[in-house]
Amino acid sequence: MIAEAGLAALWLAFALAALQFVLVLLGMTGNRGELLGAVRPVAVVQGLFVCAAFALLIWLFLRSDMSVKLVAMNSHSAKPFIYKFAGAWGNHEGSMLLWVAVLALAGAGVALFERRLERPTLMATLGAQAFIALGFYAFLLFASNPFARLSPAAAEGQGLNPLLQDPGLAFHPPTLYFGYVGLSIAFSFAVGALITRDVGPAFARAMRPWVLIAWVFLTIGITAGSYWAYYELGWGGWWFWDPVENASLMPWLAATALLHSVTVLATRDGLRAWTVMLAVVAFSMSMVGTFLVRSGVLTSVHAFAVDPTRGSFILALLAIYIGGAMALYGLRVGTVKEGSQFDPVSREGALVANNLLLSVILCLVFLGTLYPLITEALGFKVSVGPPYFNLVTGPIALILVAIMGAGPLLKWRRDELKPLVNRLALPVLISAIALFALVAFAPRAHILPLLGLVVAAGVAAASVAPLWKRNLRRTPGFVWGMVIAHLGIAVSMVGMAAESSFTKETLVAARLGESETVGPFTVRFDKIEPIAGPNWTALEATLTVVRGDGKPFVLKPQARMFSSPPTETNEAAIATRIDGQLYTVLGKEDEQGRWQLRLWWKPWVTLIWLGGGMIALGGLLSLVGRVRRERRAHDRKAYA
Amino acid sequence: MKAKHQRLTLALVALAALIGATLLAMSALKDQAAYFYSPGDAKKANVAPGQAIRLGGMVEKGSIARDPDGVTIRFALTDGRASVPVRFKGIVPDLFKEDSGAVAEGRFDASGTFVADNILAKHDERYMPPQIAGDMHKTGRVE
Repeated sequence: MIAEAGLAALWLAFALAALQFVLVLLGMTGNRGELLGAVRPVAVVQGLFVCAAFALLIWLFLRSDMSVKLVAMNSHSAKPFIYKFAGAWGNHEGSMLLWVAVLALAGAGVALFERRLERPTLMATLGAQAFIALGFYAFLLFASNPFARLSPAAAEGQGLNPLLQDPGLAFHPPTLYFGYVGLSIAFSFAVGALITRDVGPAFARAMRPWVLIAWVFLTIGITAGSYWAYYELGWGGWWFWDPVENASLMPWLAATALLHSVTVLATRDGLRAWTVMLAVVAFSMSMVGTFLVRSGVLTSVHAFAVDPTRGSFILALLAIYIGGAMALYGLRVGTVKEGSQFDPVSREGALVANNLLLSVILCLVFLGTLYPLITEALGFKVSVGPPYFNLVTGPIALILVAIMGAGPLLKWRRDELKPLVNRLALPVLISAIALFALVAFAPRAHILPLLGLVVAAGVAAASVAPLWKRNLRRTPGFVWGMVIAHLGIAVSMVGMAAESSFTKETLVAARLGESETVGPFTVRFDKIEPIAGPNWTALEATLTVVRGDGKPFVLKPQARMFSSPPTETNEAAIATRIDGQLYTVLGKEDEQGRWQLRLWWKPWVTLIWLGGGMIALGGLLSLVGRVRRERRAHDRKAYA
Repeated sequence: MKAKHQRLTLALVALAALIGATLLAMSALKDQAAYFYSPGDAKKANVAPGQAIRLGGMVEKGSIARDPDGVTIRFALTDGRASVPVRFKGIVPDLFKEDSGAVAEGRFDASGTFVADNILAKHDERYMPPQIAGDMHKTGRVE
């Protein structure tokens, strides 16, 4: 019954989305304006129904109801609680239901909380949101029904892919989806504003918090996903340029550009048409990403299944939504008035440069990700990996970050070059010192990471410069937010550059009792023993590690064997120190009784994710600061 | 009139940036994209030594051997038509085994041995990289 109730809830939500769309259509075109009063409640109830459907799916997983096909295919009764719970979205159908749930929740959130947008634009926005939802409900109901029954019921489930059996699964996909799909609000706002021809600062101020929320979630999701891949896959890498990673990076790049251009629109009434374009592009990238991941057209860890019908279904949805929005944009962009002007040397100028470079990087990642699809259609197979992506995006990202250091030091509208040079003197000096230090102490570093460290040092100093001579307690939240986020970029960049230039690797076949060195550590291979977990067995090595004269500590990497489905995984053991991580992996035994050990010393690698966290925190501070400031302004107006 | 002018300039700059990005991507992709070959195709196409490619096939039965250092592994990849010797230094993926699909990333050396920097195997019992699946279908090794 639970499965049927879930399916019914999904159908009801589908019907409500249709109702929402029709209400907006009739209310806005005819003289039936009274219909619009029902739009907000319908959007909220629609959100509740999808959440109910999603909760029921989780319940089915928790009960291990093997008469439901999805549960039987992806779960197992002996699985720990958390993986039964999170396993609900560790598969195609469940993750699509999560996707749609976030979409409907985002719409419900706008219906509940958005008070500043002009009413016609808000209605058009909710209509657009419902229209997007319709397509994805249809995809779920007709091509990916998560509640389908299995007859006869399976005696036992086939289990969850062991690579996914990690606490990361409970956290990473939901945060990522909140960001990814949360961008649908920006898309719908843009469509709404194009329909009512209402693109201006008020629209930008209304849209900004929603973009910020989605962007913060997306940033957390990507950062968490990167760390998860780093420790779970046992390859010691933190970014693989896997199509699925690119699928989350592309919306992030577009959303980051949008976040900056929407500020120009809100503050200075500039970049009107461009901001609307970016809002459309950002969620379009989310949909393209969904297509890449869910259609299984690309080889990837995340490709659960290859199913051509699903691929063409999503492709059709893409064509309708992206094509429709672009067509609307083409028709209406002429009626969007020019914004106010600015000098090339100004805050706006720097933000335009930011937007252009982010767009260029987005374009490069997009082409690299899709190139294998294009060539496959032409009859030959290629794979595009780190050599391409690092080569083309690295240098541009460096320029972008350098401009990011200077941008906040510029005045709005018009500034002079000379004072800017003065303001940048100290950061440039710091960069120069970093350059000399690196050339002296690490002469063999590659050029790109070397430049990365040099730029990061100067940009870190420039990032905090906006706080100079300010009363820190009275500095508004959004200034703090910007400073911390920009500093986070520099911190993250130091981590990336240090990891790529200073990592030490030792790969050996070791006998029990032997010692190996990696970087400043001496690692002794003490013993190996079998152990058992809730649904796996493992061989666990005991490594005793000493750094210099320090206190010894123990690391225990494992090679795990799962029975359902039968799979082996490597569980790396990682020791985190202030200045980096020691990463150890246990490999296979050879004929002479030696065990393969892979040891990495990765100096400062943790800064990558610390920086990611700072970027997200900056977004959050900025959001809180904006909301508080506006509430205060609102109160002041009310009392006046 | 001036505002319109600035807007036009910005639009042109944006267009130029995107065209530039596309051109950059095209030229970089030509050099950096790794072509995918099955052992038979690689033999036929006579891939030049040093060119980065991906080689996908089945790990030949009885071909896996280790060098005395314990961390270098040698095996042969086959697609039923041809067989290529592969050398790899590192820890092979968990699902790497005889008679099972694998993709090796790397390049041929002068002697015709494929030196892999990375080995990809299918991720679980149900999953096979589409690239391998496609080639296996062609040679009839997999239904």
